[in-house]
Amino acid sequence: MTQEFLNKINILGNDLGCFITVDAERSLTQAKAADARRAAGNAGLLTGVPLAHKDIFCAEGWLTTCGSRMLSNFVSPYDAHVVERCNAAGMVTLGKTNMDEFAMGSSNETSYFGPVRNPWNHDTVPGGSSGGSAAAVAARLAPAATGTDTGGSIRQPAALTGICGLKPTYGLVSRYGMIAFASSLDQAGPMARTAEDLGLLLNVMVGHDPRDSTSLERPAEDYNRDLAKPLKGLRVGLPQEFFAEGLSAGVRHAVEAAVGEYRKLGATVVDISLPNMELSVAVYYVLAPAEASSNLSRFDGVRYGHRAAAYTDLLDMYKRSRAEGFGAEVKRRILIGTYVLSHGYYDAYYIRAQKLRRLIARDFAEAFKQCDVIMGPTSPTTAFRLGEKSADPVQMYLSDIYTIAVNLAGLPGMSIPCGFDSSGLPVGLQIIGNYFDEARMLNVAHQYQLATDWHQRAPAGAQ
Amino acid sequence: MKWEVVIGLETHAQLSTVSKIFSGAPTAFGAAPNTQACGVDIALPGVLPVLNTGAVERAIRFGLAVGAKINSPSIFARKNYFYPDLPKGYQISQFEKPIVEGGSVTIQVGDAEKTVRLTRAHLEEDAGKSLHEDFRGQTGIDLNRAGTPLLEIVTEPDMRSADEAVAYAKALHALVRWIDVCDGNMQEGSFRCDANVSVRPAGTQELGTRREIKNLNSFRFLQQAIEYEVRWQICEIEDGRTIQQATVLFDPETGETRMMRTKEDAHDYRYFPDPDLLPLEVTAERIAAVRDAMPVLPEVRREQFCAQFGLTPYDASLLTASRELADYFSTAAEGGDEKTGKLCANWISGALSARLNEEALDIGQSRVTARELRGLVDRIADGTISGKMARDVFDAMWAGEGDADAIIAAKGLKQISDGGEIEKIVDQVLAANARQVADFKAGKEKAFNSLVGQVMKASRGKANPQQVNDILRSKLAG
Repeated sequence: MTQEFLNKINILGNDLGCFITVDAERSLTQAKAADARRAAGNAGLLTGVPLAHKDIFCAEGWLTTCGSRMLSNFVSPYDAHVVERCNAAGMVTLGKTNMDEFAMGSSNETSYFGPVRNPWNHDTVPGGSSGGSAAAVAARLAPAATGTDTGGSIRQPAALTGICGLKPTYGLVSRYGMIAFASSLDQAGPMARTAEDLGLLLNVMVGHDPRDSTSLERPAEDYNRDLAKPLKGLRVGLPQEFFAEGLSAGVRHAVEAAVGEYRKLGATVVDISLPNMELSVAVYYVLAPAEASSNLSRFDGVRYGHRAAAYTDLLDMYKRSRAEGFGAEVKRRILIGTYVLSHGYYDAYYIRAQKLRRLIARDFAEAFKQCDVIMGPTSPTTAFRLGEKSADPVQMYLSDIYTIAVNLAGLPGMSIPCGFDSSGLPVGLQIIGNYFDEARMLNVAHQYQLATDWHQRAPAGAQ
Repeated sequence: MKWEVVIGLETHAQLSTVSKIFSGAPTAFGAAPNTQACGVDIALPGVLPVLNTGAVERAIRFGLAVGAKINSPSIFARKNYFYPDLPKGYQISQFEKPIVEGGSVTIQVGDAEKTVRLTRAHLEEDAGKSLHEDFRGQTGIDLNRAGTPLLEIVTEPDMRSADEAVAYAKALHALVRWIDVCDGNMQEGSFRCDANVSVRPAGTQELGTRREIKNLNSFRFLQQAIEYEVRWQICEIEDGRTIQQATVLFDPETGETRMMRTKEDAHDYRYFPDPDLLPLEVTAERIAAVRDAMPVLPEVRREQFCAQFGLTPYDASLLTASRELADYFSTAAEGGDEKTGKLCANWISGALSARLNEEALDIGQSRVTARELRGLVDRIADGTISGKMARDVFDAMWAGEGDADAIIAAKGLKQISDGGEIEKIVDQVLAANARQVADFKAGKEKAFNSLVGQVMKASRGKANPQQVNDILRSKLAG
């Protein structure tokens, strides 16, 4: 199975730019070990199943670049917790997927290793930052992949490539070994073709890790335990703010149709409001860059990573190494973050943003008194053209307008395919659950996938 | 003009945990460079800090020992700046909400007692070390020290002289060792002070502009640095210049302080709460558990010693310089009366301390145990030997010749306290020294001392000096 996927990656991978690193030898060694485990009779459900890891996860012996020139020479000496757990389950690493540099981007265009193309239309972006993982799954180059989601980086590319992606409740999946972008928002999650597959991979990824102080200690659960539950009586909340100005007609149409399908499945629809949601992009672009500006300080050319070839003194080494090592978007966010944390601005930006973050979380808490899940579009548009928004950061940032609030509140959110726009590009339906309600969300998604076949559609050329 | 000196101290006490504050790497001193730094310490991509509960426990113990408030929650914050020996590009510290707030330390300056108020004490990690030698123009980085747990203890500007600052530093040093939170090894940098120094016209309230002297790792340097800095600041002001807020370094070679940076080029550290670490909650139960395990504090022991044995506060403070010393005294004086207690105190602070110093030994390594010392003191107290003879006995005890009684017997040192016997010697001396007797009677008091000396000599030092005095006086008066 691994060999088969490697062959496909060989044929299609280069065109799409999904992978930064493929190492057939390593993958096949793992696959053989999985075979041996199977033969020995101690295989798990996913033993031998290949998957791709976003290149933000450290994997021992693998080049781990985070999409950046800064780490273009960094071979990780250790495994991230997520990688460790996948390995322990006997899963085979197919390769490391392309991503926006340090997960900063919504189109996968900020990668040092070049853009990823959307398998549905090679002139459009796959979304980001987990664009490589999304495109690989969509193009059937991998049955599943890991992603990370700081402001929508799993859900938005899942939506734009017509696959499923889930960002769990903050703290469920250990961040250990996942290169930090914005620590209080970052959360890893599964990307796959069906809700059921998401659940299988989520079962592997979730688990307490004492090496991450924000990792939660909870009893293990089977996230697929409720898949078969009928949806009768399910209360679906539709936030009016998700259907306001800025939402493209094609997306609106598909999402409304999906909601109609849910009514048919027995759900009742409740109109809700998230009044502070409109602030979420502004809040996010204070807090995430603030944390990032500090998280990325360790990339200084001193101990590992890119160091300028020539420099006059220490300060010059820092300046040149970081100027050469980081791309424009990363630099922009470091600058914003440094600014909002600076003396005299901290209260006006960082502290205010933290207060608003609590208000946004409270909106959701209020909403969940009236409904069991919240639904809406994942992204305001379908996949946009390569280069279309790369010159306008604000437009780019707005493509995460429906996903960011979920990260700010620490809630679980997912995207599943729910149709296509008039150009034949996939539309994603976002399902937001209450804290630790992943099993219910997967149930909600799975029942929809039993009734529809959007998740089975594949782009041309993908087998 | 008369000037008043105002000093506040910031002390970094390295907490005595086996592993680092945010990683499992060992904290042992003196290992080969970079052999005690793990992925977290060298800040690999993706690694995360995990708080060492031992460091928290020690911070709480310190807070309780100084009567401070233990904040719950306290918040870890990132202090951002670039330096090669700071691997993450930020130091994890506590900024707005430290774990320990308030409290005080009582100091003894001569016979006066004074209270120095503490502002706060917070947990933080140490940086690594930059090595500028031996790298052919390049700089080497040793990250063994990176992540070592520190408690930074900050005072209010309550000290008014270098002597007070040193007394505070010594009291704090004794305290952190007493409660086992820091080994206090100053050569290894486990206890180091920064001194904020300013001067103001005596009688005024407003604080002068301060300069901060960094990284003073001995009490002597602390004293010298402050004294120099105070003279320098007064000279500057008296010469019509103003003091600029600055950070300065003390050069032990020249005994001078020199400017490192001014306020203008001070860093903007961009502190913000560390999102990798949750707010640190400390439950009342946890505080109670730390309190229950706390040794009796030096202040309490001092008061006990004064009350039970009538020691002066000064003597009591000497004996409570360390827990081992206080225990030694307690054992030695146990069950004794005031006289015994005072004698024990004098012997410990005198001859015993001198010997320990000479041989660079700790009280725990003393060649004379507390009970053995008591044996000696008992023989002094009951008049068996004089204080002078006791010195010889003590030396013999130190040399391992046995306990006090055995040595007194073996050397025949027993004091002559038999009145009749002394009287006989006195009579012989008076008979043989008619001239001194005449001198004394003519009013020359000196002659009396000479006669005492003669008697002591004739008894080969064994006569009880007090009795010799009394008998001689009565005979000469008669």
